[in-house]
Amino acid sequence: METTKSYFFMDMSVMLGRSMRHIFRSMDTIVTVTIMPIALMLLFVYVLGGAIQIGTDHYVNYLLPGILLIAIANSVGYTCYRLFNDVQRGIFERFHSMPIARSAALWGHVLTSLISNAISVTVVILVALLMGFRSSAGILSWFAVAGILMLFTLALTWIAAIAGLSAKSVDGAIAIAYPIHFLPLISSAFVPTKSMPSGVRAFAENQPVTSIVEAIRSLLSNQPVGNEIWVALAWCGGITLVAYIFAMRVYKKRT
Amino acid sequence: MFQNEIAISVQGLKKSYKNVPVLAGVDFEVKKGSIFALLGPNGTGKTTIVKILTTLLKQDSGNATVNGFSVLSKPDNVRQSISLTGQFVAVDEILTGKENLVMIAKLRHLKNTSQVADELLKRFGLTDAANRRVSTYSGGMRRRLDIAMSLVGNPQLIFLDEPTTGLDPEVRIEFWQILKELANGGTTVFLTTQYLDEAEQLADRIAILHEGRIIANGTLAELKKLFPPAKVEYIEKQPTLEEIFLAIIGKKEEN
Repeated sequence: METTKSYFFMDMSVMLGRSMRHIFRSMDTIVTVTIMPIALMLLFVYVLGGAIQIGTDHYVNYLLPGILLIAIANSVGYTCYRLFNDVQRGIFERFHSMPIARSAALWGHVLTSLISNAISVTVVILVALLMGFRSSAGILSWFAVAGILMLFTLALTWIAAIAGLSAKSVDGAIAIAYPIHFLPLISSAFVPTKSMPSGVRAFAENQPVTSIVEAIRSLLSNQPVGNEIWVALAWCGGITLVAYIFAMRVYKKRT
Repeated sequence: MFQNEIAISVQGLKKSYKNVPVLAGVDFEVKKGSIFALLGPNGTGKTTIVKILTTLLKQDSGNATVNGFSVLSKPDNVRQSISLTGQFVAVDEILTGKENLVMIAKLRHLKNTSQVADELLKRFGLTDAANRRVSTYSGGMRRRLDIAMSLVGNPQLIFLDEPTTGLDPEVRIEFWQILKELANGGTTVFLTTQYLDEAEQLADRIAILHEGRIIANGTLAELKKLFPPAKVEYIEKQPTLEEIFLAIIGKKEEN
């Protein structure tokens, strides 16, 4: 008898193909995950940027890391929505009554999130280049940036998985995205934390987005990264691990 | 009965949800190649039985074997030989009809998946709609696609949980015909229904589930014997709405 394990990757690629089609056929998703962050970047650089004092060269160099995180945060809302639909419409039940590894359906969504985010992040970076973004970072630094962004995507995707699998309504499934959207706003993504009042500043400096933004910014501008990168990795790794454990627990219970 | 003639064997099956017993010791057997109907009103545990037999849910106690494999200890083997059409139409709305079938064929690790899909589309009268997104399909077309997806790979045993709920009378009769053909070809059909006429039309054996137990199990003739003999009365029989509907449709098609 064929074993389900030996087909795991093949099955997962079928699942991946399915949800990538969902993304490319949904104008709404494409607009939210790429056009919206690009619009935000244009707004901040060309409208508000002139008034923001950051004390470095081009504002787009300062802004880009935060915009990338916003693009990722936007897209995991859709992962959550797609998971919710699969549970509600009985699609997971159909998959689970078939001879395929049980977790292939869930991993398919996680992999889709990673790949679609890699695409949208690349598009946003290309637009930033057109807007004057320049980086002196070497290839290793770029790999480090890619690694941090991937880990950040995984962390948010597993949080989204918990929400998508356990939500009772679409609104509930999407509500998870709101706090995630707020974190970049109260961080050093747009302006340095120095300008903030002390209470807000304490929050901004100790939440994950600031350390991730700072680490990526240092890597891209070829500055020494210091402790920020370890704090960033610890946040991403910790959130990923905890969210993964909870998501798997919900997945086993719900399906 | 010989062991190898039995497709499903259930003994002493019990299941409670949060201390509310749903199944209180269910016993029955289903012969290979037969159509078995589980009859009962909503909320009596029909779906729970289907979920246990299709390995989506674990029983609290009792034995259940499907095609000779225990659902608890050999779920992979069970999934190899069954398919499930759940209570809700589990089709992917964003994919086309053909893409849905190809996806399932790939997950069943079949070769020439495109050909398998085309054959099923033809059989269910969906060839013209093959390359349209399922979101444009009517309710009847979705149900037909749903059932076609369950037949990919010719499983030996198919489970149908209230398959005709929401189908119009014409499609329902068409659907009964498909099930009869399947059973004639040696496929075992296990279906749940709340419609007496459906069980009467289709099933070789009918079991009635009431308060968590099977209270009657037999052929239609056997079940009829349990009740007082029919009295002969002469009444004027009005055509039912269904008969009127079918007569009108029939005339239209003749024209």
